[in-house]
Amino acid sequence: MSARGRLHGAIDVVVTEVVELNSLIKRFHFARPDGKPLPAFSGGAHIIIQMQDGDTLRGSPYSLSSSPLDTRDYQVSIRRDDQGRGGSLYLHREVKPGMKMSITHPSNMFALDKRASRHLMLAGGIGITPFMSQTAQLAQMPGVHAELHYGMRSRELGVYLEELASRLGSRFHVYADEDNEQIDYDRLLSSQPAGTHLYVCGPSPMIDLVLRKSAEHGWPDNHVHYEHFAKASSGEPFNVELRASGKTIEVGAEQSMLEAIEAAGVDAPYLCRGGACGQCETRVLSVDGELLHEDHWLEDDEKASGEKIMPCVSRCRGTVVLDR
Amino acid sequence: MATPARELPFRDETFRDDFTFKNSPQTVLRAPFPFDKDSYMYAVNMELHKDGRAGTAFEEPIDVDEHYVSEMRDRALVLDEDPLRCQSLPHMTLAGWDTLELLMSCKAASYPEWFSLERDGDRWHWINRPLGIDDTFTFGDETTLPYGPLEYITRQAQGDFCVLDERAGNLWMDAGIVTTQADWSLDFDIGMNFFEWHAPVPLAHERGVFTRALKYLLSVQQANPARRLNWTMTVNPRLDTSPENYHKWGPENTHITPENVADKLFLRIELQSFWRLPRSNALLFPIRCYFLSMRDLTTVPKWATRMHRVLKTLPPEIASYKGLDHYREIAIDYLAAFDDGQETTAGPFPD
Amino acid sequence: MSSAIEPSIKSRPVYGTLKPATAPAHLIIADADGGKAVLDLATAAPTSFLPNAEICYIPGKADHSVTLEALGAARFYTGPSIAAMLPRLKRTFERMHMGTQIYLAGSESLIGLAMKTAMEANIDFEAIQTEHRGSLARRVQCVHCKGITEGVTTQPVTCAHCGLLLLVRDHYSRRYAAFQGVNINAEDPSDIPPKEEVFT
Repeated sequence: MSARGRLHGAIDVVVTEVVELNSLIKRFHFARPDGKPLPAFSGGAHIIIQMQDGDTLRGSPYSLSSSPLDTRDYQVSIRRDDQGRGGSLYLHREVKPGMKMSITHPSNMFALDKRASRHLMLAGGIGITPFMSQTAQLAQMPGVHAELHYGMRSRELGVYLEELASRLGSRFHVYADEDNEQIDYDRLLSSQPAGTHLYVCGPSPMIDLVLRKSAEHGWPDNHVHYEHFAKASSGEPFNVELRASGKTIEVGAEQSMLEAIEAAGVDAPYLCRGGACGQCETRVLSVDGELLHEDHWLEDDEKASGEKIMPCVSRCRGTVVLDR
Repeated sequence: MATPARELPFRDETFRDDFTFKNSPQTVLRAPFPFDKDSYMYAVNMELHKDGRAGTAFEEPIDVDEHYVSEMRDRALVLDEDPLRCQSLPHMTLAGWDTLELLMSCKAASYPEWFSLERDGDRWHWINRPLGIDDTFTFGDETTLPYGPLEYITRQAQGDFCVLDERAGNLWMDAGIVTTQADWSLDFDIGMNFFEWHAPVPLAHERGVFTRALKYLLSVQQANPARRLNWTMTVNPRLDTSPENYHKWGPENTHITPENVADKLFLRIELQSFWRLPRSNALLFPIRCYFLSMRDLTTVPKWATRMHRVLKTLPPEIASYKGLDHYREIAIDYLAAFDDGQETTAGPFPD
Repeated sequence: MSSAIEPSIKSRPVYGTLKPATAPAHLIIADADGGKAVLDLATAAPTSFLPNAEICYIPGKADHSVTLEALGAARFYTGPSIAAMLPRLKRTFERMHMGTQIYLAGSESLIGLAMKTAMEANIDFEAIQTEHRGSLARRVQCVHCKGITEGVTTQPVTCAHCGLLLLVRDHYSRRYAAFQGVNINAEDPSDIPPKEEVFT
């Protein structure tokens, strides 16, 4: 977002529908005001939704859960996060049909490997959303095997169960914690034919477990794909000096450092706004206090060095001077 | 909207045998001259490809000029001789459709007098008046086109096209059509990653150019294409300087003399652009070739001066890699007469 | 280790030293002196390794087949040539499960052709372990006629198909498992440089 409060390459949209899927998850539909199709996208892509929440301008990433083959609207399915910074709370409470909003063009950090003839997909909770667009895309590719295993707390909190069952048939498997059903990772990971690609999206402990298990079972890294959006968390306000721009700004408790930089009219690069893509990596010139790294991009030694930070998700206790 | 170049008829000319290729004066002036200062070294000279300056090759996202029809005829001849010049690995078909959509919609929007695209769901109607094409087909169904989608549309678009798949933090050259290239083989390089297909380029790896360029390219997003310029030199206006045919055109490298250098030696400019494709998440990498003869250059005093200084100070490894050794001194001697020793103005455009 | 490959351009393959991986199964493919790399690998491996391993071996000038068979791997195959082994290898890759570690050892041709066959079965080439032993003779693709000349040891070399005199470059294609050959005297065909034995 620039000083004019616009995302780079933003698309103006109108909220056409809000559907309550269950007590935690709502689906939001966005369309162009003139009704023309939105840009095509690829399975696994996300958009960033811009939200004017009181005085705070937010931009949060959400996976598209609609079919890439039908772009009359974009759909995102969002779980209300009562502990979060407020992006999902804002969407759940304030966003109603007819509202005008801005979104970015889709971009994809969880793309299918199109060479594969077999795709094994593991979803946990709201991590089902990117698989909605991926399975829709794969359904158009004859001869490609896609198999989805979807874990959730209870069947009431699962979404799109019927749609996925009709799309995937016997290759769709549901596991509910409350019914004592668990994905048998060892069996799945030891029985896949060579050339299979593995995709996982869900809570961090699930992703970590799958990464560890797949390594134990000898899976090469290039065959294992995961979507690991960190959430920009709230925290104590802190100060940032932007040395290159000659500005000092305060990051509010409910604001990310990247949002505060943008609100100050300083152009900063970004793609995922989830600590995963590396685009917003910024050099730390000095810090008086402590850097609170929350990203999945920097290596541990880079985090320890205190020389780099990812302002889309990470914060600071005290004051930090950035080369921006 | 329409600049004078658009009303020009398309030239009927050849890029082989009798080499009747010629630039009109307006086409010389709109060329994307690649040097923004008086010397040259490899750099990550990327910029956004948008808001093009009127009257230049950057004016429209996909440029069409007076050579269009004849260049497409030359491409067809190359493909008849050697069908390996257009290849697509099996997983790249979707990216081929993305390419077809991008090129058709850009051309129809920029040049409505020449191209038109009507869509009714998956039923598309495409008219290309300069080439006399009027086809109706089903988007996504290869059986409704005479060629695969990539070949179909790039037989109607100037320049080479590489289609890069993004995987494992790298870009893989997994499809393309390459008939106007500066001496590299798609057939050999297909399937290679960004560092591998650039492997033969000297000096640039050590300077970290490709690491930084890759990082930039991976961040290219839909609706935000990027571009850069590259260059070499070619004897005769031969589009197809392929390694496949090097044993046929290679001897011409020794044919430059002080008498023929003005009209026989060409600055070969590549306008490279980079487009994120929506359905496939691949990156389209068009490489458009523009020729300026040494005589064309002298019609723009700043360009002749600058070309003279670039050639004089070019590192020898780069000169050899680009194949300039046989005629570099002859070109320097010819251009010296047009270099008054004065400082040149900043930027690449004519004064 | 015993490989004399000079650092070169980024497309020229580089090889390592085979190390036993944590994996449920192991597929080991070697020719000639590559057999010694397999013996080193087996020596370094835990006892669970060989009962889960298949060894495919093509003897050349050096024949280690007796020693390799005596290792007691779950399966042992030996054949007369790389070309003869490839159909079997293709089927083996197709039947394999994710997690099987692949090891290639020996000549560049063996490594290149086995890797090409694995890639055609959608197996990630970056996960394959390689170790070069023995001959540096190259497979060379003529960029002009597209024919491949096997066992090239000289620079330049005459294309076995079209007869052009080729400069053998370090530029390498995994798809062809071959180095690129480009006509060395195109600009002046009367200039015929002498051939030197360099890839031995």
